[in-house]
Amino acid sequence: MIDLLTNPSALVEFLSTCLRLSVPLVFAALGGVLCERSGVFNIALEGMILAGAFGAAVGAFLSGGPAGGLAVGILCGMAIGAVLAVLGISLRANQIVVGIALNLFVLSITAYLARIVFGGQANTMRLNGFEHTPVPLLSDLPIIGKPLFGQDPLVVVMLVTVGAVWFLLFRTRFGLAVRAVGEAPGAVDTAGLSVTGLRYACVLGSGALAAMGGCYLVLSQIYLFSEDMSAGKGFIALAAVILGRWHPVGAFLACLLFGLFDALQLRLQFTNPDVPHEFFTMLPYLVTLVALVGLVGRPTPPRAIGRPYRREGD
Amino acid sequence: MTGILHGLAMLRGLWAVAAALLVGAGLIVAAGADPIEAYLALFEGAFVDYWGLASTLTKACPLILCGLAVALPLRAGLFNIGAEGQLYMGALAGTLVALLVPGLPGPVHILLCVLAGAAGGALWALIPALLRAYQNVNELITTLLLNFVALHFTGFIVSGPLEEPGAPYPYSPEIPVSTMLPVLLPRTDAHIGLVVAVVLAIVIFLAFRRSTAGRSLAIIGQNVQAARYAGIPVRRTMIVAFLVAGAMAGMAGIFEVLGFRFRLFHAFSPGYGYDGIVVAFLAGLSPLLTVVSGLFLAGLRSGAGALQRAVGVETTVVEAIQGLVILFVAVGLAVQIRNATRSKAMPPAAEPAADEPRP
Amino acid sequence: MPKAPAPGGADSPPAPPRLELTDITKRFGPLLANDRINLSGNRQSIHAVLGENGAGKSTLMNILFGLYQPDGGQIRIDGRRTTIASPRHALALGIGMVHQHFMQVPTLSVIENIVLGGRGSGVGRKRHGRRIAALAEQFGFDIDLDARIGQLPIGMQQRAEILKLLYHEAEILILDEPTSVLTPVEIDPFFDVLRNLRGAGKTVLLITHKMDEVMAVADRVTVLRHGRVMTSVTTAETTPAHLVELMVGRGIAPLPRRDDGRRGPAFLSLDRVSAVNDRGTPALQDVSLTVHQGEILAIAGVDGNGQSELAEVITGLRPLAGGAIAAGGRNLDGVSVAARRHEVGIGYIPEDRQRTGLVLTHSIAWNTVLRAFWRHPFARAGLLRPRRIRDHAIRLVDRFDVRLQSIDQEARVLSGGNQQKVIVARELDGRPRVLVVAQPTKGLDVGAIDFVQRHLLEERDRGAAILYISTELEHLLDVADRVGVLFRGRLVALMDRAEATSVRIGAAMAGLADAAEASAVTDGVP
Repeated sequence: MIDLLTNPSALVEFLSTCLRLSVPLVFAALGGVLCERSGVFNIALEGMILAGAFGAAVGAFLSGGPAGGLAVGILCGMAIGAVLAVLGISLRANQIVVGIALNLFVLSITAYLARIVFGGQANTMRLNGFEHTPVPLLSDLPIIGKPLFGQDPLVVVMLVTVGAVWFLLFRTRFGLAVRAVGEAPGAVDTAGLSVTGLRYACVLGSGALAAMGGCYLVLSQIYLFSEDMSAGKGFIALAAVILGRWHPVGAFLACLLFGLFDALQLRLQFTNPDVPHEFFTMLPYLVTLVALVGLVGRPTPPRAIGRPYRREGD
Repeated sequence: MTGILHGLAMLRGLWAVAAALLVGAGLIVAAGADPIEAYLALFEGAFVDYWGLASTLTKACPLILCGLAVALPLRAGLFNIGAEGQLYMGALAGTLVALLVPGLPGPVHILLCVLAGAAGGALWALIPALLRAYQNVNELITTLLLNFVALHFTGFIVSGPLEEPGAPYPYSPEIPVSTMLPVLLPRTDAHIGLVVAVVLAIVIFLAFRRSTAGRSLAIIGQNVQAARYAGIPVRRTMIVAFLVAGAMAGMAGIFEVLGFRFRLFHAFSPGYGYDGIVVAFLAGLSPLLTVVSGLFLAGLRSGAGALQRAVGVETTVVEAIQGLVILFVAVGLAVQIRNATRSKAMPPAAEPAADEPRP
Repeated sequence: MPKAPAPGGADSPPAPPRLELTDITKRFGPLLANDRINLSGNRQSIHAVLGENGAGKSTLMNILFGLYQPDGGQIRIDGRRTTIASPRHALALGIGMVHQHFMQVPTLSVIENIVLGGRGSGVGRKRHGRRIAALAEQFGFDIDLDARIGQLPIGMQQRAEILKLLYHEAEILILDEPTSVLTPVEIDPFFDVLRNLRGAGKTVLLITHKMDEVMAVADRVTVLRHGRVMTSVTTAETTPAHLVELMVGRGIAPLPRRDDGRRGPAFLSLDRVSAVNDRGTPALQDVSLTVHQGEILAIAGVDGNGQSELAEVITGLRPLAGGAIAAGGRNLDGVSVAARRHEVGIGYIPEDRQRTGLVLTHSIAWNTVLRAFWRHPFARAGLLRPRRIRDHAIRLVDRFDVRLQSIDQEARVLSGGNQQKVIVARELDGRPRVLVVAQPTKGLDVGAIDFVQRHLLEERDRGAAILYISTELEHLLDVADRVGVLFRGRLVALMDRAEATSVRIGAAMAGLADAAEASAVTDGVP
């Protein structure tokens, strides 16, 4: 571990890994922030990531390039969001139950469809993903240049998205309404805005964002789709939403923390070959758990979260 | 009254199953096969063929137990997504007793293993239960994260300290023959764990209906604030519900080792803990119907091979059908709530039963 | 500045009234909530709509605000017939409403709350602050526009609500029971606000059940009962007595008074009790009081001054942060909720009957044993005895005259009054020695209020020690033997019923503990 401090290139490499590992978490967590700020529980982040990953693989496979993959992936995530919205907002089903159901549904349906689409080559093919495209000038910055701007285009997109979600929530009229609808939907309704419309927008947006996390997994990391490749990332992202207090920047930082521990774990695996790697694999989950428990102070979620809105007497 | 409710819950389940099979038929047609032939083969392979039936019964045991492990806490509005992890920890604890406690007569040893398995699962469930009760940490996230910890932890144990020397894949040494469970059907894997699971389902059914503890769970599940006002010890009841649930899942794990695999393998569960969620929801959280829905999902799994042999469609099509089942169950719940014909078997839609679960 | 009260419709121009409702009808299932209601409101007038709980006032206002669609009748605005499709549409038509429970987002600032839903873009003070500040100045609202609304006192929140309507250029302002959240000393300044609004040409609809308010500030009054208009007259033409008769419809015998000061020995005592609320901030500080057997000690105060916490520490639902509570000489420290109910004998009628007092989705029978189902005779060895539970339920609903079809119905189908009867029946059964009663009359109609009050008086005469917490002063004074006042978590006044005038109580509720000063200060309070 010492070499990280003494050897700048090792440090740059390590930071790059950190960031790479946190990208899917960040996208999903931003989706979670948007959705939950509007008052809708999003347990389905996991399924949205997986749907995005699957869509990205199919899109890239059929179109032959990453752009098509990204588009199809985002559409798949939004489709999951649409189901959550219809059942959890319009039909007022329990949003947690719907979220759990969606996760299981996506898990099994993608496993089946992947066999159909990719056939026997599912685990051997290599999809055309994003090339590393360093941003001019910025990628030459010392230490942080390469991790932030010297990698994939999606890393840069992620950084921009963090800022964009922040701006949307805290500097626009739409964001004001979103924050209001998660706290007091009655106030939004009587102010003449559509509670349902706002929440639909947020849930669909959340599906798109989380799906981008899945797209990154396929198009920039693994270059293929494998069953259950989200591996609990949606739930870690959910923890990051809470840790970040439903704030986009807070959630971003929490994801970086989890990414850091994941990178650390990989490094420990590498430097301790005689210890079974499972020992290290469980670390990121434990860290997330400890972070949730050891949270200083009590986080207060948006007041109306999980409660489908119903007008008085309706 | 309860009979009617159960009937309704089952009808809803049947509706979801029918819809899922219909869409599944579409998938089979899309794959270029005859769905009726496929389903007939599936049914025959799962429930008619002797070996197939045995396989169904073997798989039903962990599915029913995990279904109970989900349904019981949900009665109190608590989401146990952690049956998978509890199953692994139960299997681990029970296997340790089977391998490391020598010289006991078979039945006593088996009993001890099962108790250890139950305890392992219960203790693993105690972690999220305590966090929820005293720190108000959302049990949904903690139970899920603990699944991964348990999976990798047992993986670590069987690839390190407890690894069979020279094994090509991480697994433990074989358990003593004296600790292997008696079988139900001769010359098959179907073991008596299933009987235990069914008996437990009946016991929990009776407890829900007739015991004060079951009543307390139902009140907590509907309205925590009223439960506190009533004088029900809410925290203690929540913790006990999780302990019992963990014990169920833990037993699912140890039965799988003692009755079917005879070793603790790394990642041996094909997701029984998660399938337990489907089992519980399909059963409308009714413990008795859990047996039926557990057998149904087990049948899907064990008939998949026959389906593939008959019409040449990927076995994963049954996973897709299972995914559709849970989706349609959710849709059914939503539509039912929309029609305001609420059933007491499900937590209400308007307020998550566990009032504001804080992370 | 306030003008002299305008003489109602006398000199209104021949132009059509700003708002005119004709034959408005609305059904909810079998209930006819509004039955052919006619109502009109002119420019520059204050029109009161008077009626009891359940008379149909809220339904009518929700129709006006676009939340409900009427089943029949017409709405005209400035003479033009219109339908009001949604709250957004209502706002566009110039109709704004201040709900009884404010429609505000507590975590947002006053400005953010006001611009929510408005035209334009941006959210900050820079863009919108000036116009809002000017409006506040015009109507004499001294309000911090950057404060989070949840942290403002309730009177300020109300002004923010009104400011919001003005910002959205509402011409017709509907105020639903606006004084129910105010202390007596805040009411006169609030009336000045209403007169300012009238002076600015607005049409104000004041929904209320309080006679004195109608007479004090309204130009015209329409009385509703059972969904029908009983009368519509100018206030100059009528008398309070006549209005009461029209509103209530039948005479209710006055409650028996007992002024002899008779009471038993002290039973429940609180010694320097402190507690924190759910957010961890102090809610009760150094509260000491004693309730005797055979007396009702009433606790007045504006909502949110520690009343809920007081009830909860006594019944065991909230831990003490300091001090001690004893009942019948037994220190209650560490005694559970259930033990307080069954061993000490503390009955509790909670404030929120739907969220705390009942499990709405469970049957009435189960609700009658909600706090005892695990005990003899309802259970044995951990197993329930359904027959005993049913017998008990039938006996209770008979004795307390709960109107229902079957004890197997879910509690949610009962009317508010009958829900309260179930709770009262359960808590009064078994002769409790202490009763903690929180907001027992809130939202009930006159008959149900009378029922609850009489039963509480009976319990008092039987010898129960009763702590009666209420924000509804008139009901509280009807039954109290002594009156205490909570203000910011402290017991700031405690007096015998004979000395308890609404002026003294009102002063204490507003934090002016020295009652002697009250009359001098009242007029000057902003």
